[in-house]
Amino acid sequence: MLKIEGLTAEIDGKQILKGIDLEVPTGEIHAIMGPNGSGKSTLSYVLSGREGYEITGGSATYNGLDLLAMEPEERAGSGVFLAFQYPVELPGVGNANFLRTAVNAVRKHRGEPEVDAMQFLKLARAKIKALQMSDDMLKRNVNVGFSGGEKKRNEVLQMALLEPTLAILDETDSGLDIDALKIVADGVNAMRGPNFSSLVITHYQRLLDYIVPDRVHVLMGGRIVKSGGPELALELEAEGYAKVAA
Amino acid sequence: MNAQTSSAASSTAGAFLARFEGLREHLPGGRLPWLAKLRAEAAAFFAAAGLPNRRIEAWRYTDLAPIAQAGFSEALTLAAEAPALPPMRAPYRAVFVDGRFAENLSVMPEAYPCGSLAAGLDGTESRLGALAEDLPLVALNTMLFEDGLLLDLPAGAEGGVIEMLSVASHASRPIAFHPRHLIRLGDGASLTLIETSLGPAEATYLHNPVFEIAVGAGATLSHVRIQREGRAGFQLSTVHAAVQAGGTYDNFTLNAGARLVRNEIHASLLGPKAACHMNGAQLAGDGQHADTTTFLDHAAPDCASRQTYKTVLAGKSRGVFQGKILVRQAAQRTDGYQMNQALLLSEEAEIDAKPQLEIYADDVKCSHGATVGALDEAQLFYLRARGIPAEQARAMLVQAFLVEAVEGVTDPIAQAALAEATEGWWEREAA
Repeated sequence: MLKIEGLTAEIDGKQILKGIDLEVPTGEIHAIMGPNGSGKSTLSYVLSGREGYEITGGSATYNGLDLLAMEPEERAGSGVFLAFQYPVELPGVGNANFLRTAVNAVRKHRGEPEVDAMQFLKLARAKIKALQMSDDMLKRNVNVGFSGGEKKRNEVLQMALLEPTLAILDETDSGLDIDALKIVADGVNAMRGPNFSSLVITHYQRLLDYIVPDRVHVLMGGRIVKSGGPELALELEAEGYAKVAA
Repeated sequence: MNAQTSSAASSTAGAFLARFEGLREHLPGGRLPWLAKLRAEAAAFFAAAGLPNRRIEAWRYTDLAPIAQAGFSEALTLAAEAPALPPMRAPYRAVFVDGRFAENLSVMPEAYPCGSLAAGLDGTESRLGALAEDLPLVALNTMLFEDGLLLDLPAGAEGGVIEMLSVASHASRPIAFHPRHLIRLGDGASLTLIETSLGPAEATYLHNPVFEIAVGAGATLSHVRIQREGRAGFQLSTVHAAVQAGGTYDNFTLNAGARLVRNEIHASLLGPKAACHMNGAQLAGDGQHADTTTFLDHAAPDCASRQTYKTVLAGKSRGVFQGKILVRQAAQRTDGYQMNQALLLSEEAEIDAKPQLEIYADDVKCSHGATVGALDEAQLFYLRARGIPAEQARAMLVQAFLVEAVEGVTDPIAQAALAEATEGWWEREAA
C-alpha cells in the first residue's frame, strides 16, 4: 500500500505540493486528475526520486518503506515504476541492452537470478508481441527517433518487463492516438491483480475509459481537493475542474 | 611558464644530448655512415630546439615539465625477466620490451618482411626520416632510437591482422625509450595493425615512439592504437602517414593510460581519392593529462577525411584536442569533416579544444564542430528510475558517449581489445 501523508515539496524555492494526503491500497488503481500546474508531475517525480525537488514536510511510504529516503534505483528495485510523461532519449544506448540491464538490476535487488541474453530476448519478444510493437524496437537506441506513440509503448514494455507492484503513469495518454491508447491501456490492465496497484495521473478522462480506476482524486493547487469513484472523472470532463472543485 | 621549469626543460634536453654523446657508438647502425649523419643532424636540431615548451603554439596546452623533472636514463640492457604479457589476440604479434624488439616473445609473419628495425637497418636509408617532419620529439627519437618495427607489405598483399605490443619493464630507475616504426604498404595492399602499449602502474618511464607510414596507391591500413601505459608513465607519440592515390589510412587511438600522453598524428593525402579517417577516445582520470593533436594535409584533389574525437574527463584531469585541416590549392573537391566532443565528469576537469581550418582551394566541403558538456541529469535519472544503480548508469552513458568514435573500428579483434580497455573504466575511476 502507498501511503502519503501531509507531503509538501518545493522546487527552486517555490512550493508546489502543499500537503498531499493519499492512500492507494494494494490491488487498486487510483487516478489523479488535475489542471496544468496543479502538481501532478511533481508528485510523480517526488515519489520516484528525481533530484531537484525539496521535500519540506510529510511522508510517503510504500509497504512500510520510507520511499523518500531511498535512491531512485532502490525504489525501482522495491517495485515502484514511473512511466514518464516525456520518455528520455538515450543516443548510443541500445534498447535491448538497456532493457536487459534494467531487468537484471531489478532482479538483483529482489534477490532473483539474472537472465542471460537468450532468456532475455525470449522474454522481451513475448512482451513486444503482446504490445503489438515491432521487434526492431529492440535494435534501436532507447527512444531515439521513436514517435510519441512508440515512446509510450516503450514505457509500457519496460513496465511489463520490470513487473512493478506500483506503477505511476504520468500522463501516459498524452500524445497517443486512440489505437495506441488502447494498446497502452491493455498493457496496464494485463498487470492488474491483487498485488498490483497504480497511480494513473492524467489531464483527461479519456484514458480512464480504458483503465477504469477504483478511485479518482482531484489535485488542484498542490492539494487533493476532492475524491470519489470513477464517476467523478466523468463529472470533471462535463463540468470542468473549477466547478467540481468549488 | 616560469624560468625555473624552462631551465629544467633545457637541462633535460641537455641530459638526452649527453646520453646521445655517450651512446652514439653503441646505438644500432652505429657503423652506417648515413645513419650516423642522420643521428648527428637530429642531435643538432634537438640541441637547438630543446624539449617543446608552452611558449610554442602547438604546445600551449601541454606542459612537459613533469618529464623534465623525472630525469630519464636510457634502457641499455634488456630487462632480466620477461614481463607478463596479455594473451595473443591475432595470429601474429610483434612484442617490444622497453622499445626493443623481443624476438623470443614474438610471432611474426613469414610471407613478407616484418621484424626488427635494428636488425634490418641496412637498406632503410631512403626511408628513415623520409616522412617524419623536423619536430623536436621526432629528432629526439631519431637521435636515440634503438629499435622498432620494420614492415614492408608488397603490392597487392593481404597482410591480415598483426598485433604490436609495447611493454615497459619493471625498471627501478626512470627509463626512456624511443622506438621507430617504419611501415610500408605497397599498392593495393591491406593490413590491420593493432598496437597496445602497457606498463607497470608505479613505474616512471617515457615511451616516445615515431611511426613513419607509407600507404601505397589503393592500399588500406587500419591502424588501431590502444594506449594503456602505467599511470606514472609518459607517452609522447608521433605518427606520420603519407597516403597515395586511392589509398586509405584509418587511425583509431584510445588514450586510457599514462600520467601524460601526447598523441600527434600527421596524415598527408598525396594522390587523388585518397582517404583518411582519424577517430579516437580519451579517458582521463584524476592526475592524468591526455592530448590528441592532429594535422590533416589535403594535398591532392577529391580526397576525403573524417575525424571524430571524444574525450571523457574525471577527477582533476585535463584533456586537449587540437586539430588542423590544411587544404592546399591543388586539393579541389576536398571533403573534410572534424568533430571533437568532451564529457566532463568532474568540476575539476578541464578541456582545451582548438580546431583549425586553413583552406586555399575554392571548391571544398569542410566543416568542424566541438561540444563540451556534463552528463545529462535527465538521462541519468531515467536509467536510475529503471533500477540501474547510479555508477552503472554513469558508466552506460560514458560508453554511449564514445559510440560514435568507436563504431569506426570494425575489426573484431580490435573491437575486443578496445572493449577490454574501456569497459569498467568509470567504475574504476569512481571507486
